[in-house]
Amino acid sequence: MARIIVVTSGKGGVGKTTTSASIATGLALKGHRTVVIDFDVGLRNLDLLMGCERRVVYDFVNVINGEAELHQALIRDKRTENLSILPASQTRDKEALTFEGVEKVLNLLAKDFEFIVCDSPAGIEHGALMALYFADEAIITTNPEVSSVRDSDRILGILQSKSRRAKENLEPVKEHLLVTRYNPERVTRGEMLNITDVEEILAIPLIGVIPESSSVLKASNQGVPVICNNETDAGQAYSDVVSRFLGENLPHRFLEANRKGFLQRMFGGIG
Amino acid sequence: MSLMQLFRTRKEDNSAAIAKERLRIIVAHERGSRNGRDFLPDMERDILEVIRKYVEVQQECIDIKLDSQDDCSILEVNVQLPN
Repeated sequence: MARIIVVTSGKGGVGKTTTSASIATGLALKGHRTVVIDFDVGLRNLDLLMGCERRVVYDFVNVINGEAELHQALIRDKRTENLSILPASQTRDKEALTFEGVEKVLNLLAKDFEFIVCDSPAGIEHGALMALYFADEAIITTNPEVSSVRDSDRILGILQSKSRRAKENLEPVKEHLLVTRYNPERVTRGEMLNITDVEEILAIPLIGVIPESSSVLKASNQGVPVICNNETDAGQAYSDVVSRFLGENLPHRFLEANRKGFLQRMFGGIG
Repeated sequence: MSLMQLFRTRKEDNSAAIAKERLRIIVAHERGSRNGRDFLPDMERDILEVIRKYVEVQQECIDIKLDSQDDCSILEVNVQLPN
């Protein structure tokens, strides 16, 4: 049985696509056949973060509409074995995704892949609902910031009431909290919600904390998922998330601020 | 950076604590309404009916409050009984 994972958040710009790209890549690096689907019809970006934007010929909506075969639309990742990308359409509107169409494609993918990662668009409208509807597990991507936390809670409500698992009275979607853009220095200064605060408010288990890091922008500039840069803090944090997702018990890292010495504070520390 | 900034303990303006408190309240409120807790007025009426079977009380003598804390909700019913 393929596991369907949705990466969702409600709020935009919190790191859903970055997370989808890295988690899908991480699962494939661990030897699992994985496909990552861009559900952001009209505003596709996953192809850019995965560095395969010039290889897109057919897309998700083409497959749903029967204009292309699934194997024609799937892009095999050049860096990572076992990994494929199904890009979103750039031209259609979000209504092009139908329950029947999405289900058909997911069923086909489930025959060939162990993990199906669904990169949700922002918002709580049609596209976001389609991305989460068939999910078995959800990674709730949240920034330590009021609007992001509130929107994550809204999305949790939707997972618990409008997903297929909720509608059919099945075991609920398994929820994981992923805090991204965490800045321990600002937390120490009392300028940012800490991990415990966010966990307490959302009351779901924490799967990882990704530190705010220049390596994330660098990776997106290059079209390489940040998890591939395993000397960076964000890359290592994502690797930990993937391991935890697969059942390993690892302590959380990158939660503490580097203490600046007196001189560093005096002369405006670098880093 | 001024000399004062260098030595101060940076605790005075803890905006994260404000954020947490605001979130705690708004999230509890929004969860309440999505979990169908708008049944409170109906329940209040029913409880009043039951009490009225035994004692004569007025509508304003009954006060029902639902408060959410941590992982539990507390239903508080206050009834003023006439002497």
